[in-house]
Amino acid sequence: MLNPDTVKADFPLLGRTVRGGKPLVYLDSGATAQKPQQVIDAELQFYSRTNAAVHRGAHQIAEEATEAYEASRTAVAEFVGAAEDEIVWTKNATEALNLVAYGFLNASLAAASTPGTAAAESVSAAARERYGLRAGDEIVVSEAEHHANLVPWQQLAAKTGATLRWIGVTEDGRLDPETFAVITERTRVLAITHASNVTGAITDVPALVARARRVGAFVVLDACQTAAHMPVNLRELDVDFAAFSAHKMVGPTGVGALFGKRELLEDLPPFLTGGSMVEVVTMDSTSFMPPPQRFEAGTQMVAQAVGFHAAVDYLSQLGMDQVAAHEKQMTQLLLDGISTVPGVRVLGPQDTENRLAVVAFEVDSVHPHDVGQVLDDAGVAVRVGHHCAQPIHRRLGVHASARASAGVYTTEADVEAFIAGLHEVRRFFAQPTRISGEASPAAGGM
Amino acid sequence: MADAMEQLYQQVILDHARTRQGEGELAEFGGESFQINPTCGDQVTLRVQLDATGGFIENLGWTGQGCSISQASLSVMHELVAGQSVQRAQELGGYFSELMAARGKELEPARIEALEDASAFTGVARYPARIKCALLGWMALRDALVQAQARA
Repeated sequence: MLNPDTVKADFPLLGRTVRGGKPLVYLDSGATAQKPQQVIDAELQFYSRTNAAVHRGAHQIAEEATEAYEASRTAVAEFVGAAEDEIVWTKNATEALNLVAYGFLNASLAAASTPGTAAAESVSAAARERYGLRAGDEIVVSEAEHHANLVPWQQLAAKTGATLRWIGVTEDGRLDPETFAVITERTRVLAITHASNVTGAITDVPALVARARRVGAFVVLDACQTAAHMPVNLRELDVDFAAFSAHKMVGPTGVGALFGKRELLEDLPPFLTGGSMVEVVTMDSTSFMPPPQRFEAGTQMVAQAVGFHAAVDYLSQLGMDQVAAHEKQMTQLLLDGISTVPGVRVLGPQDTENRLAVVAFEVDSVHPHDVGQVLDDAGVAVRVGHHCAQPIHRRLGVHASARASAGVYTTEADVEAFIAGLHEVRRFFAQPTRISGEASPAAGGM
Repeated sequence: MADAMEQLYQQVILDHARTRQGEGELAEFGGESFQINPTCGDQVTLRVQLDATGGFIENLGWTGQGCSISQASLSVMHELVAGQSVQRAQELGGYFSELMAARGKELEPARIEALEDASAFTGVARYPARIKCALLGWMALRDALVQAQARA
């Protein structure tokens, strides 16, 4: 069994204090995870010993840098059950999702152009056929999406004339199977989250993939919330594309990944163009490299990719089954603890079944911003706001929420401090109103 | 609870957040502004009606959702500027922005005095993430006044 106290000792930042000497209780891993020394050292070592331009230059350092960079690709691919040429580096998951959407857009623009013209020929016939969208086609998302897996598809629909449709969300924050019928013969793309970053509900991906397969739609999975919190095997899930970010996986910021099935990446038109992704360039035309390099224009985030390797090694050493079991226990403690605080409502499933340790909640009569402020004063870091997912908040009848999210290093003591903080939130904002005149505004002894 | 929270959430702020002045929709108005704080989704729609000379705020009303800081700030602002000249309202808005940027530094006593209850927001300046909350209503006022004056 994973010992969170031992794990925590690997994360230097978690040893610091905040707000006048209070020990930090970090419950915002859903936004970004803290980094273990092993990841920090990997970046430090890279810059200290190995830094050079990759995939060019014949000197020894360039060779070593390229090796480290590509070894990370192999490790990250293995971590999610993919092959190394199915992993494309991006700056984050948002860019990965845009890369796919823009690939579709570029194919759609070419498909809509007069056959034989340069505009039409800018993309292969196979790509125009496969990825070209037009009026009458449909893109299906869900109401639970993070804006990163909603806005690019809205944009793609608007630009191609395709229609955006969506799977609904139940009262307890799960994708509603009653609305899966929105996937029809017209559906070309199904873009869904693996788990909601608000309710923590894990999506029944096999059921949705089965439906998508029946109608020949591509499946794009947003695996940001799941990749660091449960075993994820993209090949077994049989999705076509998937996106995830290193920074949520105890890895560096600035690097994320797109997974794409090899035969799909073969045809997908590039998103960003320029150096490093080309074969032959003349003044009026260019041929592109095969994937994954075709999608990696310009100098890449090499040190961060190397740090990402250390991050997946770290998680693999803990064991993703162990991580999932530990976080399930934290979910239980969070839900049990919250249930002891009057006036607090959890937005999302009330049990630990198919659910991550991402717990959004509202406190009766206290705005989430104010909840977060009082928790912060106790050293407890949570997220407040709409968490880049406005539609699901609207669906659940709130404008915003506060959210506690756990990680590999979350301890029972962290959850206890959070619950104590929630009681304090209630106490602080339940104070009887004094007469206004009694307060002396500027004389607060600041 | 630590003093820091008492200083941020002064009683006058909590009172205004509960009993909000000027909340409600104006049917007749010369200028309107919608402001949103994109980080938390808080929003306000503020309407303002000037008098016949166009120099005074005859009426203003606001609707919206937000945290206690943003709601209280709107309420206090309503108390301060309703019936005042446009010029005075803009001046007070300037003082309030100055207070938010002060981060603990002292404002001229005359300006603090002029801000009345709004000076209670001095503690907000210590929390950069909350300054936008306190300024939301004032931004809406500034914008609505520009529109109302253009139409007057």
